[in-house]
Amino acid sequence: MNPIKTFPKGGVHPEENKLSSDQPIITFEIPKQVIIPLGQCLGAPAEPIVAKGDKVKVGQLIATAKGFISANVHSSVSGTVNKIDDVMDHTGYRKPAIFIDVEGDEWLEGIDTSDTLVKDITLSSEEIVERIKQHGIVGLGGATFPTYVKLMIPKDKKAEYVIINAAECEPYLTCDNRLLLEKPYEFLVGVKVIMKAVNAPKGVVGIEVNKMEAAIKLDEIVKGDKYFEGIEIQPLKTKYPQGGEKQIIKAITGREVPSGKLPIETGCVVVNVASTFAIYEAVQKNKPLVYRVVTVTGKSVKKPSNFLTRIGTPANMLIEAAGGLPEDTANLINGGPMMGKSVSVTTFPTIKGTSGILMLNEKDAQPRKVSNCIRCGKCMQACPMGLEPYLLNRLARQNNFEETEKHNIMDCIECGSCEFTCPANIPLADYIRYGKTKTGQLIRSRNQK
Amino acid sequence: MNQLTISGSPHVHGDLSVRKIMYMVIVALLPALLVAIYYFGWYALRLTIVSVAACVLTEYLIQKFLFKGPLTINDGSAALTGLLLAFNVPANLPLWMVIVGSVVSIGIAKMSFGGLGKNPFNPALVGRVFMLVSFPTAMTTWPKAQPIFEAGFFADAVTGPTPLSLLKESGVGTLAKSGDMQFLDMVLGNRGGAFGEICAIALLIGAIYLLITKVIDIWTPLSILLTVFIMTGICYLVDPTQYIAPWYHLVYGGLILGAFFMATDMVTSPMTTPGKIIYGIGIGAITVIIRLWGQYPEGVSFAILIMNAVVPLINKGFKPKRFGV
Repeated sequence: MNPIKTFPKGGVHPEENKLSSDQPIITFEIPKQVIIPLGQCLGAPAEPIVAKGDKVKVGQLIATAKGFISANVHSSVSGTVNKIDDVMDHTGYRKPAIFIDVEGDEWLEGIDTSDTLVKDITLSSEEIVERIKQHGIVGLGGATFPTYVKLMIPKDKKAEYVIINAAECEPYLTCDNRLLLEKPYEFLVGVKVIMKAVNAPKGVVGIEVNKMEAAIKLDEIVKGDKYFEGIEIQPLKTKYPQGGEKQIIKAITGREVPSGKLPIETGCVVVNVASTFAIYEAVQKNKPLVYRVVTVTGKSVKKPSNFLTRIGTPANMLIEAAGGLPEDTANLINGGPMMGKSVSVTTFPTIKGTSGILMLNEKDAQPRKVSNCIRCGKCMQACPMGLEPYLLNRLARQNNFEETEKHNIMDCIECGSCEFTCPANIPLADYIRYGKTKTGQLIRSRNQK
Repeated sequence: MNQLTISGSPHVHGDLSVRKIMYMVIVALLPALLVAIYYFGWYALRLTIVSVAACVLTEYLIQKFLFKGPLTINDGSAALTGLLLAFNVPANLPLWMVIVGSVVSIGIAKMSFGGLGKNPFNPALVGRVFMLVSFPTAMTTWPKAQPIFEAGFFADAVTGPTPLSLLKESGVGTLAKSGDMQFLDMVLGNRGGAFGEICAIALLIGAIYLLITKVIDIWTPLSILLTVFIMTGICYLVDPTQYIAPWYHLVYGGLILGAFFMATDMVTSPMTTPGKIIYGIGIGAITVIIRLWGQYPEGVSFAILIMNAVVPLINKGFKPKRFGV
């Protein structure tokens, strides 16, 4: 295997707490009712094409993408549509969702539900991208960006690398690790599919060294089979945010995505592990995105677990299966502790982007006393984008968005390393997010003029 | 039913706090304090206690009755200022003087700007320089180091010159002749001087602790020491009869204390590495100029304060390298 690489600038190393990394993936029971939110991707919510009383099958399209940055939504169960109504989802807002009462488990015709590995890639590049679009695949690392958009390479650009983000740099989360260990062949065929889709000669799987078991396993498979030629396993240092798109490109290729530009500028397409597996299933098995692996974890959780979960399963069912909500839970998070969103209800439906359900205890989640900035510069040292978080925080509080723009606030990837390291406990990330929103509005209104 | 809190990410924290940093610096200064007590006995101890107490009390009174805001005296920053102030004065200084110095340090140099994090100048050094110009005789009458096992814990202070004052007044020849100004004594602390600055070894032990735990980084101290070494080294090579060897300059006076513990004060120093290097070179150069050609024998305090004033400009001029720009 190659020597360990990493991104050179900034980053932090939070406690890893990969409590569930030895827990095999358990196929979770199909609930009596699923609640499938229409807004499951970064972008416009999908539009429902079913109505109350309609019978649906597993994999059936129930809501279509609306606009370019949007994704189709499929039924994850078979049964009857109970209603289309608002539900308190992972964002804390009431948003429309399709409620389906489950009857049996009948899949749509044409979907291959067997476990046989399909290695031959019969579809053409365009057909693969179209299939990924039709089957509603989005970035499953948590950002939920529609994957097909990434795979449409502009005419004047060329994809050189397909980089698979297997860093899983978020503490606690283990769903990608387990997927790599249990479905390595499917995953690697998925890499080949993406390479064909974007016509890239090289595929690199970037994986943090705290998942060495998976890295070694993949490396053996790749080296032992001519079919996987072109794929390389690249160990990465365990450092947050190693899995940031720009950071992983820099770590693996040494190239920097220019400010304000897309990764394809560097000839790279970055896809997450779970998305790669979903792409394998969509392209090779004709299976839409109807389930994913969710890590249910926390220091006080009795049985930290990895569940293969149908989209729309209420989170509280998964929490019960992991031993119930611990007494000392102060913060319930959809995703990981660094970038996940805290949720106010345990009943929120799991969505495509739910990589983890994390229950943080009171000790870790306690609000810390904020003191004055002592200008130590630790936020600046931690920033992987070379920004000055202390300054952006101050400018955003002053509502000085001309200045925040000059100081490159739009380059912030919201990884939270600055706030994590701040000895004065200043909510830097909160104010920078606020500043980013406002600065974005300023730029858009200027462009319209 | 649990009460679930809603908060913005990140939801976990690295556990470093301002308080932790302050107490780590205080711990790093303890070896030097022990050496000071060994050489100056009761004088050093009582001076430290009075200085720390006066600083903390001043901050308390101002926060309580002027700011009427939250009390933050237990964050350790006032105690640290008191400790550093004590380290910078002669051990036999009358106690009322150090109280005046403490009030100036905390009251004027720190709280009048808004408290911790807002002050442009290092509070302990402002206090020290205020005392130096207000009480010139007392602040330059240095006790001789007398180990407590020989002289006793409560021994009266015997005054004597510091190496730098001797050098300023009598020149290189006298210093070379006087037998008690050996390099080894300088390093171990067996010499006259402000009581915290005398023992280079004890200070370096503390500095290494701070470097390993990443409370400070090496750039500022390293560039100060190198600048002083190179500049005094050039002078020594040009005329060894008039200038002493550069290695003496490193251990004489308060250079080690200043470079590792005063110049690295987070609030009043630059944030980027290039900024820290420029800042360090400035401190080193001004120190040498004052030491060799100035009125005062020692210039570290002035050098740091002057460079403190340049820090906002340095921070503006030396930005971190942006990703992808």
